[in-house]
Amino acid sequence: MKKEHLPNSLPRPPDEFEALKRAWARPKGWRFFTAVNNTTIGMLYVGTALLFFVLAGILALIMRTQLAVPNNDLVGYQTYNQLFTMHGTIMMFLFAVPVIEALGVYLLPGMIAARDLPFPRLGAYAYWAYAIGGLIFFGTLFFNAAPDGGWFMYPPLTGSEYTPSNSADWWLLGIGFIEISAIAGAIELIVGILRTRAPGMSLGKMPIYAWAMLVVGGMIVFGFPPVILATLLMELERAFDWPFFIAAKGGDPVLWQHLFWLFGHPEVYIIFLPAAGMVSMMLPVMCRTPIVGYRWVVGALVGVGVLSFGLWAHHMFTTGMPHLSATLFSAASMAVAIPTGIQIFAWIATLWRGKMQREGPSWFLLAFIGVFTLGGLTGIMLAVVPFNWQVHDTHFVVAHLHYVLIGGMVFPLFAALYYWAPLVSGRKLSEAMARWGCGLMFVGLNVAFFPMHITGMLGMPRRVHTYAEGLGWEDLNMVSTVGAYVFAAGVLVVLADLALHLRLGGKVDANVWGAGTLEWLPLDSYGSRSIPQVRGRDPLWDHPALAREVDSGQHYLPGTATGGRETIVTSPIDARAQYLLVVPGPSWLPLIAGAGTAAFFLLLTVKMVAAAIIGGMVALAAMLKWMWQTDRGVTHPPVDIGGGITLPVYASGPVSHSWWAMVVLMVVDATVFASLVFSYCYLGTNAADTWPPAGVNLPGLAWPAAAALAWLASSALFGLARRRLDSPAVFRAALLAAIALMLAAFGTDLYGQWQAGLRADDHAYGAIVYTVLAWQGFHVAVLFVMAAYTLARSWCGLLDATRRVTFDNTRLFWHYMAGQGIAGIVLVHALPRWLG
Amino acid sequence: MKQGRIQSMLDPGSAAAALIHELGIWLYAGSGLVLVLVVALALYGAFSAPRKVAEKAWIVGGGIVFPAIVLAALLVYAIHVGHALSGPPARAADIEVVGKRWWWEVRYATGGGHAVLANELRIPVGKPLEIALSTDDVIHSFWVPALAGKVDMIPGRTNRIVVEAREPGIYRGQCAEFCGAQHAWMAFYVVALPEEEFRAWLARQAAPAAEPADAFLLRGRDAFLREACAACHTIRGTAAAGTLGPDLTHVGGRLSIGAGVLGSGAAALAAWIADPQHLKPGNLMPETKTLTGEDLRALASYLESLK
Repeated sequence: MKKEHLPNSLPRPPDEFEALKRAWARPKGWRFFTAVNNTTIGMLYVGTALLFFVLAGILALIMRTQLAVPNNDLVGYQTYNQLFTMHGTIMMFLFAVPVIEALGVYLLPGMIAARDLPFPRLGAYAYWAYAIGGLIFFGTLFFNAAPDGGWFMYPPLTGSEYTPSNSADWWLLGIGFIEISAIAGAIELIVGILRTRAPGMSLGKMPIYAWAMLVVGGMIVFGFPPVILATLLMELERAFDWPFFIAAKGGDPVLWQHLFWLFGHPEVYIIFLPAAGMVSMMLPVMCRTPIVGYRWVVGALVGVGVLSFGLWAHHMFTTGMPHLSATLFSAASMAVAIPTGIQIFAWIATLWRGKMQREGPSWFLLAFIGVFTLGGLTGIMLAVVPFNWQVHDTHFVVAHLHYVLIGGMVFPLFAALYYWAPLVSGRKLSEAMARWGCGLMFVGLNVAFFPMHITGMLGMPRRVHTYAEGLGWEDLNMVSTVGAYVFAAGVLVVLADLALHLRLGGKVDANVWGAGTLEWLPLDSYGSRSIPQVRGRDPLWDHPALAREVDSGQHYLPGTATGGRETIVTSPIDARAQYLLVVPGPSWLPLIAGAGTAAFFLLLTVKMVAAAIIGGMVALAAMLKWMWQTDRGVTHPPVDIGGGITLPVYASGPVSHSWWAMVVLMVVDATVFASLVFSYCYLGTNAADTWPPAGVNLPGLAWPAAAALAWLASSALFGLARRRLDSPAVFRAALLAAIALMLAAFGTDLYGQWQAGLRADDHAYGAIVYTVLAWQGFHVAVLFVMAAYTLARSWCGLLDATRRVTFDNTRLFWHYMAGQGIAGIVLVHALPRWLG
Repeated sequence: MKQGRIQSMLDPGSAAAALIHELGIWLYAGSGLVLVLVVALALYGAFSAPRKVAEKAWIVGGGIVFPAIVLAALLVYAIHVGHALSGPPARAADIEVVGKRWWWEVRYATGGGHAVLANELRIPVGKPLEIALSTDDVIHSFWVPALAGKVDMIPGRTNRIVVEAREPGIYRGQCAEFCGAQHAWMAFYVVALPEEEFRAWLARQAAPAAEPADAFLLRGRDAFLREACAACHTIRGTAAAGTLGPDLTHVGGRLSIGAGVLGSGAAALAAWIADPQHLKPGNLMPETKTLTGEDLRALASYLESLK
């Protein structure tokens, strides 16, 4: 390969730029809804998330008004309990997580100089499922049908005995599509960050925000599965009386708490780390100096991500857990202060080293440091076990969590709105409104929430719709209410600023803060005109001419090589260019699939099963249709992207971005399964009597042995098919036989339990065993569809020894599932024999 | 009833609560210092002229060494306090408290059976009592901030807490785990009495209800037995032996009606009986429509007389 030097100052062909613009043109009119490009979807996503922030904020104002005076009857307990449940649920699931993913969708491709995310349609699908589902979920409030069991949904209160209406189902199924949407977003972000960075942007040169989002992607992959399983178990209990959480039938309500907080605590850091990443991007620019301690900060992000999975039980110190266990969780909780401290001192040192510009983002960043530090300190107080016994579940915790979340997430988010708005409209927002907005929010937050520390210590529990007079709580509550309105006024000022001054532009060329990272290159729908060779962490600071060079097409891929939308796929660590990914363009399919998914979950909630199934089928059909258009094979000879680099336009195996997405998805799957294994062991080891309970017979060993052998054989057949891709008849026969063996494996395992007399609704034992089987059954159905799809591709001549990504993905998942199937068999058949 | 700060962890009434309060003061002061330090450093850096910084000193010193030392010391202190407060269960429980939606059933083990009451505990000053905590329905949490931290009541388990008071007095507690509709009105009182008074009180509680002293009270008792009251309530010494609602054998001596909704006295009792669904919607007690005004007054007076 000949080496050419970049920038390449030869004149560009005259129609090259026009072709690039045409390929990336934003769809107009009604076809706006077909847009999949990251900037369009990102804007919609941020806007929708902010809408939910406002809606949930209004709920909070109603609650604060109710609590302003004792014995108030502005809203009754029924409304109040729905209000706080929805406020928490919406803020966490419909605002905080989506908005961080939304900003990632909007900002990351620019920051790593990719033209788009690797799976634009997946991103659009995730958005539509979230927007449609979320709005309908919110609408339940107007029908007095919203969930009222708290965002933490502790059973047995939320079980069918104490919540017979379907309000709890709204929560469980409503959260279902948020989970799907979050996982889809995480896959998109992880693969995007690891595989579509500009050539030369090795991990060590990656912007800190990308690091933060990479860690967060990983945390979603490991953090969401426990709550996916928890919601599944609770819905099975509510719908079919499978007693996982009912003590009288061998269940345990504390199992829910473990699963919920296994998700719930990482969730807090899933929200905070992206914000911290943004701070580490904005602060150095506002201070005109690189961040102090880049490596330390990156290490701290990873450290927080890892530690956050070891703290969940500090939400459960009052459940009567042994003091020794509590102490271990307490120490782990305190340990988070160290990576957090590293970041705070890195930011302060950056403030010292640079000269802070006295403009919009800076005010929000300073407010963030103060408010978040106080929230962190009260967090340490809560990690102190005896102190926690007092303040747990009081207004002290309400104060703490709002300091952490508003301080740690909302202030950085608002700083980000001021900092990155010029990327959209080419100019800054109003400085005067930034100061008013930030000032009102800062004062309002402290007036509203600081007194709550004291209200809590004076004995006021959380989640009370009113309170008795004479206990010393009246004045503090009144002050809190006033503060809440002041805070809301500040938010309103910022939103008004956005409404007045944010204009959607076409091409934007305005590095208004003099930043060093690549999202400040001149950008349009196609990203930057050409894709730069990256040589440092702050390319625009290191090489001031870069923006002009890139914009005049002097770096990689200055046009479209295949005539379609493309982005460069690079190696995950050192970002060497590997192949050219042709990304899909506008389509109705993501919207249809998203609407179908939302309809499936929501109609299921109101028990309109037939209609729900139709929605699900629509979603599935749309997804299959859009997938059918992918895996196009070698449509084009290798293309020259400039700089002496020629790239193929198709890749399979571990080089393929699709392979990476599949692996991430399998990790999600394995983590759900691990949560299921945890649940089985938890119920088994905490069982009051024997496990399995008296009177239950395990099936004979022949059943599991036969099932395991069938799984192995089925998996082996896929290994055979892999080697015979070039002879379709053998290949198809192998796949058909593999399907048959898989069905036999599952059927044998299932029938073995049934014929032994086990039933799911008698006891938690049967319930969890059948859940392991149901989880396998769900995968058998998925694998069936995947195998049929793969066979269809083969019959249509769309699959051969080269064009094989579809098959490779099915094969990977098949092998994984054989492993999971056998692991499930060992769990269910060997463990009780060993325990017994 | 005059209440004041009787539900406050900042006004400890026991050695245990005082230990946590002392720990708290260290936490407030230490956190305040760290907050002031961090904010001062940030503001100084933000508004002063740029200067060279020593990366390692800031990050290793401020971000690692400083929190590690402070937190290690804090952890040792916290373990010490936690250990002191969570000794092994000394003996069989003195009191059983069962959480119900939305009130507390309180049972004392006495020589001749059980003294059962509701929403109120009495304890002898200076003598730690072991309380067994369980629930009849959903998760509740037993919390008297002035006397001890909270402990959850979880279906399928029995948790324990030790409660003690240094001085005679009245302390208020409240359910701390969200338990549904009337979670806000699930309060109770702990009354600390000198040992002799406590014994005398417990003996009275264990005894059956007194016979009505006059015709008016008798009319009240007749109303109680005639209406549906006895289906849910017990008055020991009468035919009423229901178990769904609170035991009313000595209801007249209690500090509140409806777990904190109303104070004591015949008027409060009458108001509650007339329309419990208005005062505390969703509780299990139906309104009583069939009583005449005079019967209602007699019934309330009878119950009030059950000291």
